[in-house]
Amino acid sequence: MTTTTTTPPADRATGVRPPWMEKDGPVLLTLKIIVLVLVCAMVLYPFLNIIGTSLATEHEITQRNGLILLFPSEPTFAAYKAIFAGGVVTRAMVISIGVTVIGTLVNVVATTMLAYALSRPIVGGRVILLAVLFTMLFSAGMIPNFLLVTSLGLGNTFAALVVPSMISAFNFLVLRNFFQGIPDELLDAARVDGAGDVSILTKIVLPLAKAPLAVVTLFYAVGHWNSFFGALLYLNSDKWPLALVLRSIVLQGQPVGGNVETVAEAVPSIQAIQSAVVVVALVPILCVYPFLQRYFTQGVLTGAIKG
Amino acid sequence: MAEVANAVRPPRRSVPRAADEGVAVASQPMTLGQRLRRDWVMLLLALPGFLYFVIFHWVPLAGNVIAFQNYQPYLGFTGSDWVGFENFSVLTEEGFLKALLNTLKFSFLQLVLFFPAPIALALLLHSITSRFLRRFVQSVVYLPHFIGWVILVSLSQRLLGASGVLSSALVSIGLPRIDLMSNPDFFPWLITFQLIWKDAGWGTIIYLAALLSIDPTLYESAAIDGANRWRRLWHVTLPGIMPVTVLLLILQLGSILSVGFEQILLQRDAVGADAGEVLDTYVYFNGVVAGQWGPSTVVGLVKGVVGLALILGANKFAHKLGQEGVYRA
Repeated sequence: MTTTTTTPPADRATGVRPPWMEKDGPVLLTLKIIVLVLVCAMVLYPFLNIIGTSLATEHEITQRNGLILLFPSEPTFAAYKAIFAGGVVTRAMVISIGVTVIGTLVNVVATTMLAYALSRPIVGGRVILLAVLFTMLFSAGMIPNFLLVTSLGLGNTFAALVVPSMISAFNFLVLRNFFQGIPDELLDAARVDGAGDVSILTKIVLPLAKAPLAVVTLFYAVGHWNSFFGALLYLNSDKWPLALVLRSIVLQGQPVGGNVETVAEAVPSIQAIQSAVVVVALVPILCVYPFLQRYFTQGVLTGAIKG
Repeated sequence: MAEVANAVRPPRRSVPRAADEGVAVASQPMTLGQRLRRDWVMLLLALPGFLYFVIFHWVPLAGNVIAFQNYQPYLGFTGSDWVGFENFSVLTEEGFLKALLNTLKFSFLQLVLFFPAPIALALLLHSITSRFLRRFVQSVVYLPHFIGWVILVSLSQRLLGASGVLSSALVSIGLPRIDLMSNPDFFPWLITFQLIWKDAGWGTIIYLAALLSIDPTLYESAAIDGANRWRRLWHVTLPGIMPVTVLLLILQLGSILSVGFEQILLQRDAVGADAGEVLDTYVYFNGVVAGQWGPSTVVGLVKGVVGLALILGANKFAHKLGQEGVYRA
């Protein structure tokens, strides 16, 4: 880890301009602000637009020729009622939540165990480390992986979404580099007090590692929530997670299932329904993002710089 | 009993320290048996992860032998006929060459347009003195990194598709509808812009850290010597972020043959295989979908080998230029 995150130079931390730095002229300052506002608008507009469209009525969408600006004048939840009445989206959501929770748990436990074991000089540790790091440089390719997973009997099981991607080498490095930074004296002291390797890990190392664990958990969870290719490769369509159902509804124009007309008083437009499915897939990410955001820098840098 | 055993157990240290000399057991080299007895719990902890990497990363490496076989799923690796280099004729077929050309085209565009984007944004953010403004913009631009490709492509369909916002806006001012999502000529630009939207902000993290690690006294002395902001940018800032830039450039070169698989898989059908096929989608459609196991394994294998060679070559080149690179052998 670089010294930057631990001790940032005083002027950056406090936001005070150092004496030798010129003040921005009015033109330059305006230009900078315009660029930053444009950048933020370009990032945020698609989200606002899709939320607006999901709440708009059929009438408003036709009237404005599909051009919903930001907020619909008479918001309605008809589209959401329709997609949850269909059953397909509800089932896909349950599957996605299940795979994300269980998958992330498996990922984090396995990664932590390997990272802790390899963060100390143990016998054979270097060989195992090299075996892990080499996979970052060269991967076997799609076909051998696919044939392996199916020949292990994992085809059409949810395990096919979890086991073949149990540990990411990048997340492993994030945790290992953090664990290596924990002073030997701390662990030796615990050992003298009679703690074994496992209780040192659970009672001393893990409580210190909350920040990197939060980042790694987030990376894994978001990865599971967003992933669709594994499900496309291995699962029948009745086991598809939300990302794949989203693809078939929005990008391939499949119906949401169920009888839409009978559920909602006003028939929601196809655009509102499609937008609502996107919003449903988006909400969990938007919910966890603000809480974990402050850990990013630390997590990314511990993994990347030393890796 | 356990306490005694642990108390005499020597500490694990990569570099022995003076304090260890007092501990009788640590001062003499341990036998393999002693080290195994000391480390068996740690080895047990490493076992699941190690097995995972062996089974799901090393065994498939060996699975690449089907590049040299007329592989039949019901016969398996052991029962299928060996055909030597016959499968390698796929490397001269038109479909492959088209996919290769598209891949290189997209990679080049990303190298020119996407790679500098985080550097520019990081320099801009770094020059903002207001801490609040900087934090706010960072929170906003990191967000798209966590948006999956399915959602991202859906958003982009909503904005740029035939009945999307852009097209509707054009219609309302009397221009014809346009559909940028299914226009083969626009496709390379489309996927590059999508990538910039998703990851340019995220990419600034590493550059911002490099910018922060530049010694402020360098700026100070440059300013005292009369260097204005642009000269300081050229003589202090850019050399300061050079090592990180070179490192990321090497990684980018190494992945020149794999451009956004999931991103392109989702959008290839809208523009057709001629414009949208890349090596990864070629392997998927010819291998998994069409069952051409041998030839598509060849493509995957060649892709992997070339990628490895590019990383090693670029790393060596970086060392020649006096840069740190990705690693030192």
